[in-house]
Amino acid sequence: MLNAAIEIAFVLVAVALALNIYRLLVGPDTTDRILALDTLGINTIALLVLYGISSNSTAYFEVALLLALLGFVGTVALCKYLLRGDISE
Amino acid sequence: MSTATEFIISALIVLGALFVLLGSVGLARLPDFFMRLHGPTKATTLGVGATLLASAIFFSVQDSEGISLHELAPLFFLFITAPVTAYLLAKAALHRRSSGRNSGQPAPKSKQLPGQH
Repeated sequence: MLNAAIEIAFVLVAVALALNIYRLLVGPDTTDRILALDTLGINTIALLVLYGISSNSTAYFEVALLLALLGFVGTVALCKYLLRGDISE
Repeated sequence: MSTATEFIISALIVLGALFVLLGSVGLARLPDFFMRLHGPTKATTLGVGATLLASAIFFSVQDSEGISLHELAPLFFLFITAPVTAYLLAKAALHRRSSGRNSGQPAPKSKQLPGQH
């Protein structure tokens, strides 16, 4: 039952990633693309955690935490750039 | 692992993946940016939270070393940073809309008179 659930979840998250890439390519505004990139990172965390369960390894949570951290810092930097025209003032 | 635990973990995984998909459908299909902001900030956060919780339960049951707390760090981090990200994105979009620049360029800097620095 667990294996079937993980397979289903892999497919669902892959479709979600494809939809994020569609929004990333279509736009239309820069803020849409930043939001799509942020969501792409969060969905990658979900995919990593699912892969960690399926391969029965706890090594992926540090990677997940790192991805969350980098995604947050990147989104904040891009938003600051849109707001001010510069990242550090 | 008992059948009941396996059922709970499977249900959390499928539910989490469904919410992740729901957030991305919202991101792809809603008409306006401020509507699109709702999907990833609420549905996707809940979905990833459910997946991480399922993982925490799985590794707590799997290893006989007690409760596994590795997963709770990304969980709390995501739950804290998602509203901050949404707030900053909404602020940036409002700023771009009110300054009348809606494609390509960063927002203009405040005007400076020549010679005054």
